[in-house]
Amino acid sequence: MNLILASVVSLGGIGALSAVILYFIAQKFHVEEDARIDEVEAVLPAANCGGCGFPGCRAFAAACVTADTLDNLSCPVGGTATMEKVADILGKKAAAVVPTIAVVRCGGTCEMREKTNSYDGVKSCTIVHNLYGGETGCSWGCLGLGDCEVSCTFDAIHINPETMLPEVDEDKCTACGACVKACPKNIIELRRKGPKSRRIYVNCVNKDKGAVNKKVCKVACIGCSKCFNVCPYEAIEMGNNLAYIDSEKCKLCRKCVEVCPTNAIVELNFPPRKTKIEEPSTTGTEK
Amino acid sequence: MNKLIVSPAPHVHSGNSIRKEMVSVLIALIPAYLVALYYFGVGAIIVSVTSVISCVIFEYLIQKFLIKGENTVSDYSAVLTGLLLSFNLPSNLPVWIVVIGALVAIGVGKMSFGGLGNNPFNPALVGRVFLLISFPVQMTSWPRPIAWNTAYLDAETSATALSALKEHLGNIPSLFDMFVGNMGGSMGEVSALALLLGFVYLLFKRTITWHIPVSILLTVFIMTGIFYLVNPQTYVSPIIHLLSGGLMLGAIFMATDFVTSPMTKTGMTIYGIGIGIITVVIRMFGSYPEGVSFAILIMNAFTPLINTYIKPKRFGEVRKNG
Amino acid sequence: MKTFKMGGVHPPENKFSAGKKTKIISLPQQVIIPLRHYSGNPSVAEVSRGEIVKVGQLIGRANGFISANVHSSVSGKVSKIDNAMDAFGYKFPAVFIDVIGDDWLDEVDLSPEVKRVCNLEPHEIIKKVAEAGIVGLGGATFPTHVKLSIPQGKKAEVLIINGAECEPYLTCDHQLMLEKGEEIIIGISILMKAIRVKKAIIGIESNKMDAVLNLEKWAKTMEGIEVVPLKVKYPQGSEKQLIQALTGREVPSGALPIEVGAVVQNVATTFAVYEAVQKNKPLIERIITVTGKSVPEPGNYWVRIGTPFTHIIEETGGMPQDTGKVVAGGPMMGRALPSLDLSVAKGTSSILFIPSSESKRGKVFNCIRCAKCVFHCPMGLEPYLLMNQGEKQMWENMEENRVMDCIECGSCSFICPSNRPLVDYIRYGKSTVGTMIRNRKTQKS
Repeated sequence: MNLILASVVSLGGIGALSAVILYFIAQKFHVEEDARIDEVEAVLPAANCGGCGFPGCRAFAAACVTADTLDNLSCPVGGTATMEKVADILGKKAAAVVPTIAVVRCGGTCEMREKTNSYDGVKSCTIVHNLYGGETGCSWGCLGLGDCEVSCTFDAIHINPETMLPEVDEDKCTACGACVKACPKNIIELRRKGPKSRRIYVNCVNKDKGAVNKKVCKVACIGCSKCFNVCPYEAIEMGNNLAYIDSEKCKLCRKCVEVCPTNAIVELNFPPRKTKIEEPSTTGTEK
Repeated sequence: MNKLIVSPAPHVHSGNSIRKEMVSVLIALIPAYLVALYYFGVGAIIVSVTSVISCVIFEYLIQKFLIKGENTVSDYSAVLTGLLLSFNLPSNLPVWIVVIGALVAIGVGKMSFGGLGNNPFNPALVGRVFLLISFPVQMTSWPRPIAWNTAYLDAETSATALSALKEHLGNIPSLFDMFVGNMGGSMGEVSALALLLGFVYLLFKRTITWHIPVSILLTVFIMTGIFYLVNPQTYVSPIIHLLSGGLMLGAIFMATDFVTSPMTKTGMTIYGIGIGIITVVIRMFGSYPEGVSFAILIMNAFTPLINTYIKPKRFGEVRKNG
Repeated sequence: MKTFKMGGVHPPENKFSAGKKTKIISLPQQVIIPLRHYSGNPSVAEVSRGEIVKVGQLIGRANGFISANVHSSVSGKVSKIDNAMDAFGYKFPAVFIDVIGDDWLDEVDLSPEVKRVCNLEPHEIIKKVAEAGIVGLGGATFPTHVKLSIPQGKKAEVLIINGAECEPYLTCDHQLMLEKGEEIIIGISILMKAIRVKKAIIGIESNKMDAVLNLEKWAKTMEGIEVVPLKVKYPQGSEKQLIQALTGREVPSGALPIEVGAVVQNVATTFAVYEAVQKNKPLIERIITVTGKSVPEPGNYWVRIGTPFTHIIEETGGMPQDTGKVVAGGPMMGRALPSLDLSVAKGTSSILFIPSSESKRGKVFNCIRCAKCVFHCPMGLEPYLLMNQGEKQMWENMEENRVMDCIECGSCSFICPSNRPLVDYIRYGKSTVGTMIRNRKTQKS
């Protein structure tokens, strides 16, 4: 009996004492925190992807609360809707966000770009990139080992085992930019999602001369400037033997797609063109 | 022409493999196994074969149906776990208890952490200690060593030197008998001579370094030596401590398990000293006659801590103050 | 016998071409001379298309601090200046020259006699070395004149000559020491003069005792040169390890050898220095070893810089049928070539054919924490830990665990029973942490 009593008293005493100490410590180290941070955090997607440039959603929420305007702050995952909610809570104005999406700019599938050697080692693009130019003759293109796939927290980008190129799942991609950072070849770019997800882009980042390119990859941009000349909106820039379509200026007229000799310019989610059989008939009636 | 293979340097490999490491430990266990066969005969064969086979089967089944990973039986680590487990068991242990031990060793001790390389505790010892606590009677009735023994479950039993000490029975075998293994005990631990032969082989093959075994044995020797010098009536000579119980087996084969021991030589020495101290404390003041298994498991828990704080000597290290 | 203290491994030596007399590879039809020799900035082309060049003529001028001059190794017509693939598989500018005859510049002394006396001042020697475009021929190809220019406030005490050649298979330095012993010793005396030291030590692994004896014979003719045989252990040829083996001094972490008063040069570099200073001959050729387990006649060959690999392979008996991997350099640190359409650079020390049966890496298993990588690391690092952190991209932790000290010798990957790609991740960590440190410095300044 004595033993039980003694242990109850001593343990209870230690417990009570610790509680008192803890109470005072908590008082002393109490951090005053803006209650709105919690509110803001609650409307954020809680993906902690870091796409906003902050380490996690809570840090972003804190930044929103302390910032004067929300102009430079945006949550790529939640998009405009989320930022409006945040703006409501804080009584600030949200900047309009143009929805973007990750775009893989390499068309070098196994057929189009033949392997010249075979890599044997760690399955990591960054390690291969550090080692050498890659399994194909093109030292700019996709290595196909899936660093982007690993980096994606939304399960939105996957290497297609047939083409060995990554493919972006449009419904899942939140444009957080993790894959853009993960890709050692800087192939992936965040581009404007475009109306009805329609996009036109140059599917190549190879800066070698056209003659060299053509040997190693059938769909490489050879820097011929045909698209540059045909574009009515000056949306195409030429440089380093490579064309680049500015998604801000592009009006999706698709003229460049038609003139590209190597099919390096890709159009996405457009309705099928009128077939060529129709064309002569229409011109014929006009005559 | 075939495509050239490109891979990062180095382009040659020593040819070393997990299997080779495991096989060299298995070879080093052969002398002790032969001694076990000589003194414990049929019982030793039944216990060891059961243990090895059930360890391998459990690993195969767990890998196939629970982890659904690649088959890892071929690296022989399960064989080694099985053999080491049986070395820590008395040779008259019923088969079903051995099987339970193997299940705990492989299932709880190894595979639950993700297989070889991820287990924090020595699997064979996890199995052994589980059996020791669950079946204390069966686990501490040691058969008397008789040359070419054919008895198994009905083998005549005797006390180990350590339990004799604990209960002040006083009939300790002669030092020579203890050295060659002519005493009661777990089937693999009795012969210090055979185990030391294995140690020499492991050192020769560079499978292990001397740091862990030597630091354990030295610590035990020094600590028990001090007690002996202070009071020779109560405490026995340090030589008896070295030769008795599972100390040799533990120091040479159990504590040096790759996965659960520290990575640096200094760390290994600290780990060994820790095992030595805990062993002596349990032997002298604990309620169990033998403490090597517990000591190793306790120090296994400290291994990550040792790895974090004890770093190897770096080349060209610049001292912060110097 | 002396050696370094910590770690190291013993890969099978396989020096099939040891003692094979050097042969000269004939001139190819076209040479492709890279303007970038592995490290540093590419040089700026000094010639233009269609120009006729002579052997030894400057075709690329050093651009920036870590860069070296490039000279034409053949005479002929510059057909183009274009990008060519280097051993990394990336494209860098190179000069393509169609070979016509073998017409040397007049100032190059082609006579066979050995010129022993050198009366130049130290800065004149360094200038000549820089002009001749000499880089470290051991493999790192760091410009030699940069190494010889001792930074202010530091003093060189000893010149260390690296004749260890610890890489398996390679014998080019060995053969050079056998054939050009006198020239090497003169080169060493010139270098001693250039950095103002009275003492030079040549470290040679004891599997090359004939080279030790030959150099000892010639070293007696000069003052202050000592030849020391070393116990065979890889990576003896690493700068820091060699200094420790020969002088007992440890280069502090993150510092250069000059911190302990040592300057290290490769034997092949000293020979190039001799030729440049005494014979006015720029670095336009070198010895390479062509070897491999199934190569019918492994040997050592003099080749002009820029000779296509295909030409060398053709001349030396073709590529063995079972080749799976072609490595430029030794098997421990050399580069696997993505293609044979490359040409010899200044740092190319060998063409090594590895049979396909040995080309593939073994299957990777879990780390069993056997600590072999820790014991064998010559720098006292913990490769297993660095690899784990590399996989998880924990760069700060890698920096704390001194990833930058790694010399990438590959001993850890070589010894690992689980075939883990330790050095791959460490290299990855090194490059990332290196960038991190550089960014930090630029931010501060």
